[in-house]
Amino acid sequence: MSNLKEFTKGLIKDNPTLVGLLGMCPTLAVTTQAINGLGMGLATAFVLLGSNIVISLLKNIIPKSVKLPCYIVIIAGFVTFISFILHGFVPDLYDSLGTFLSLITVNCIILGRAEMFACKNKVLPSICDALGMGLGFTGSLFIMGSVREILGAGSWMGISLPEAFQPMTVFIMPAGGFFVLGCIIALVNKIAGKKPPQKIGCAGCPNAAVCGAASKAAEKEEDK
Amino acid sequence: MKNIFIIMLSAILVDNFVLSKFMGICPFLGVSKKLSSSLGMGAAVIFVMTCATAVTYPVYSLVLEPNGLEYLKTVAFILIIALFVQLVEIVMKKMMPPLYKALGVYLPLITTNCAVLGVTLLNIDNGYTFIESIVNAVCAGIGFSLALVLFSGVRSKLETADIPATFKGIPSTLAAASIVSLSFMAFSGLIS
Repeated sequence: MSNLKEFTKGLIKDNPTLVGLLGMCPTLAVTTQAINGLGMGLATAFVLLGSNIVISLLKNIIPKSVKLPCYIVIIAGFVTFISFILHGFVPDLYDSLGTFLSLITVNCIILGRAEMFACKNKVLPSICDALGMGLGFTGSLFIMGSVREILGAGSWMGISLPEAFQPMTVFIMPAGGFFVLGCIIALVNKIAGKKPPQKIGCAGCPNAAVCGAASKAAEKEEDK
Repeated sequence: MKNIFIIMLSAILVDNFVLSKFMGICPFLGVSKKLSSSLGMGAAVIFVMTCATAVTYPVYSLVLEPNGLEYLKTVAFILIIALFVQLVEIVMKKMMPPLYKALGVYLPLITTNCAVLGVTLLNIDNGYTFIESIVNAVCAGIGFSLALVLFSGVRSKLETADIPATFKGIPSTLAAASIVSLSFMAFSGLIS
């Protein structure tokens, strides 16, 4: 029962992108087409699943002082693996994701889940957590990609819409990405009846403590 | 020479790392609240990007490529960057305390910054020479700082603005980022 809860929380309630505000870079960069969003989401979900399983198995072996480098190496290994698979089976997707496929390594969703969940829990809950978070991420990327592709290119999943619809190219440009993400987050908050997040999602980021220190140091300097 | 100039222009303005390549969005949104923290973060990123490129490029061309291990570049680069940031922190603390005081807090943030890993990987993917890679890294860092500094100005105005309740916080910040990004699109005609 609790495993089911670990799975479902990632889908909507704690959705990593729209509620947690993690992994913003791929969310903005690859969602010019719905299919790219889907591919990126699934690739990330695969890496998350693999790293969560391995890290929860090794949680008693990895020494605390070097855990971050260990996690990064495990994650980078899975990223190399998935990029081989995509290169071999879906070369088109591989080309359109480009550098962002390698950059899954530094995606804060994966590091965050490793740090907050996998290193404290058994294998089965970690698998459920990874699947939920991965699919939640995939879902939000797919929605972003769909909105941007329909409004910006006048097509959806490669199928073109009736010609009467005039696409607005700005939506598939970088500026449109920021705008669509802002609107979707606002919409999710409106529907969920929650106060919108005031700060960038730092909960899962391993650097959160340092980042807070950085802004505090800046404030101190200004007071002087 | 012409080539180098094009790389500079492209890294700073046309293909700005934050606003058109979407790398390093987390620090862009997280640290850009104040001008002073934007400047500190920017300086630390320029420094680490340049050094990371100077270290990873020889590793790739002298160790990985001759042995047919190109596919290990992601693993190798992220390890090098993580080690390097630690090393810089220790050396800086010991040798240059004033510099450490100014930049120290920003350094660990950079390990998992996708812009730093991104620039080292892009240099390899684009087939740049060593000099071109260094120029690209320095200018990518400058472009990153420029975006952060500009955006911290926008955000200070945004704080006093009257925004609908649902858009307060991150949604309005993203909408503002969209407008800043729109203004950078005007540079896209500079390089054909």
